[in-house]
Amino acid sequence: MLLKLLTELNGTSGAEKEIRNALKKELEPFVQNMQIDKIGNLIAEKNPNHPGPKIMLAAHMDEVALMITSITSDGFLKFKPVGGIDSRILVSKVVKVNSLFGVIGAKAIHLQKPKEREQALKTDQLYIDIGAKNKEEAEKQVKLGDYAYFYTQTENLGQGYLKGKAFDDRVGCAILAEILKREYPLNLVGAFTVQEEVGLRGATVAAYHVQPDFAIVLEGTVSAHMLEVEEEEWVTVPGKGPAISIIDNSSLYLPQLLKQVMKIAEKQGIPYQLRKGHKGGNDAGKIHLSRAGVPTIAISVPCRYLHSTVSVLAEKDIEHTLQLVDAILKAIPQEFPLNK
Amino acid sequence: MPYDQNPLDYALLERLTQCFGPSGVEGKVTALIADEVRPYCDEIKTDSLGNLIAIRRGSGKKIMIAAHADEIGLMITHIDDKGFLRFAPIGGVSISQLPHRRVVFQNGVVGTIGVEKLEKLSDLKLSKLYIDIGANSIEECRQKVQIGDSAVFEGNFIHQDKRISSKALDDRVGCFVAIEALKRLQTKHEVYFVFTVQEEVGIRGAQTAAYALEPDLAIAVDVTATGDTPKAHPMEVKLGQGAAIKVFDRSMITHPKIKAWMAGTAEKHSIPYQWEVLEFGGTDSGAIHLTKGGVPSGVLSIPTRYIHSPSEMVDQGDVEGATQLLLALLEGEAVL
Repeated sequence: MLLKLLTELNGTSGAEKEIRNALKKELEPFVQNMQIDKIGNLIAEKNPNHPGPKIMLAAHMDEVALMITSITSDGFLKFKPVGGIDSRILVSKVVKVNSLFGVIGAKAIHLQKPKEREQALKTDQLYIDIGAKNKEEAEKQVKLGDYAYFYTQTENLGQGYLKGKAFDDRVGCAILAEILKREYPLNLVGAFTVQEEVGLRGATVAAYHVQPDFAIVLEGTVSAHMLEVEEEEWVTVPGKGPAISIIDNSSLYLPQLLKQVMKIAEKQGIPYQLRKGHKGGNDAGKIHLSRAGVPTIAISVPCRYLHSTVSVLAEKDIEHTLQLVDAILKAIPQEFPLNK
Repeated sequence: MPYDQNPLDYALLERLTQCFGPSGVEGKVTALIADEVRPYCDEIKTDSLGNLIAIRRGSGKKIMIAAHADEIGLMITHIDDKGFLRFAPIGGVSISQLPHRRVVFQNGVVGTIGVEKLEKLSDLKLSKLYIDIGANSIEECRQKVQIGDSAVFEGNFIHQDKRISSKALDDRVGCFVAIEALKRLQTKHEVYFVFTVQEEVGIRGAQTAAYALEPDLAIAVDVTATGDTPKAHPMEVKLGQGAAIKVFDRSMITHPKIKAWMAGTAEKHSIPYQWEVLEFGGTDSGAIHLTKGGVPSGVLSIPTRYIHSPSEMVDQGDVEGATQLLLALLEGEAVL
């Protein structure tokens, strides 16, 4: 399964090479042209000479991770987050630093002062223990600027769910790869972008040089469908279909486009949900403002526990997202006009 | 150009302010403006984000005038079983001022913002608020309002002596100044009047419009805050003292030559003006001046009290002064 392969590889913002290579290898037989642009985006072209609108599908390759910023005299690694990570979830987790295992350590609770126990541990109080005896030994295997990644196998969970790391946004990458393996009479560009988690940077560059007429962003998005959260704050629910974005911090999605997407989903009997939250953002934020503006939609697979060591998603949401994107592409341009 | 002989069309300002146009859904506002300006321009078009561009062809400088068509509002994100709605803010909405305000949807449905029981006032936050449209069930609610629909705040138009109070003067008064200037304009320059979208959520429309138009110069027309009310945050802009020429805000520092051009023109025509240093906020010129290789840009501001409230307040003299100054800028040589 491509999703398992992609999620078990490591690639944070600015270090997406493993993911890019895997996608390149996977897609080589199916696309006419592939290039890596100057910032590291993988740009795959299908039917570049086909007349009509140029459609860009985008998914980001990077995941959140930790960057090693210093090594203590005892051989412990200090780190900073790359992208948004809640430091409270880090204690005692297993990470991979280069080919080594590491464990995120912290002062044990019985050693903490009463005041310290009342507050969650901050990143500066944590460190990675790679089993090195001292700084010299650690430095033989790790250098500053190396990354630590969550170590999580992607596996089935219950009936129809998957658990794994980096679903944000390897699930988008996997769906995009599948679309690129199919044939549509359209000028399609798959943009596997870099550095989304640190500010939508790769997509800014990709949209500028690809110059699409229409863009679809494929994402793994947040679900707050969990205990002690009221229904109105769930944002999305795993298992209820692809989440179509209506608003977030980076975009207001055009109502006319959303209507067209919902109409197609309803006609094809594909379940969907609207993404009922206004926080966060994704590559659409930069793509829709590229040059003179690009009509853009975002379709996401809901994931619980995003940006943590392990997320949970519903497998049928992946299938339904794929079906929805497929239906939209088949409907262009007759049933899905791109000019208002 | 005395306005007692050729008065500004304040009935148009009323229609503009009362028109529905939260960020992302500006179609009604841009349609109203298009109808109004069509006889006065050579070409009119809408771009992919929804910016309305009214073009007056000419052989001189290419000048972009930007006034944003959108207003702040709310978007529905959830409907509960009983038909109460939850929402997200669109633009700079002050949560603490929301309880019991009325909101209006595009189809005319009116709702009241309710608040859950609070232990103390400081517990007030977005998640404690809901909109009541009088529906008794989720089914009844969905017949009128859907998730993803936007609403704006109610705030009627009052013209009392020389002061005007309404919702959405930010920035329909800027649109109004641009429209009234366009109607009277005689110039050799090529002027793009752009009624931009999505300013309130991050100056988005102006960014793409400026990219496509590649102007030589740009002026945004927008509201600015004042410091002339009791114990206000210190700011040297007063209502009724003339249009303001922006020096600084969070999105730009005005180029000295632009400031000199704007102030020099005002002085030449004896139009009163004041300098504006705004510590918070930004406007369309913030995006325009960074477009491509850079576009020298200024901002003509209309002093406004109570911005982002249902009762924003401007002075008629300032509106007329802004229109006069905009005309003088566009009709002059525009040499920096």
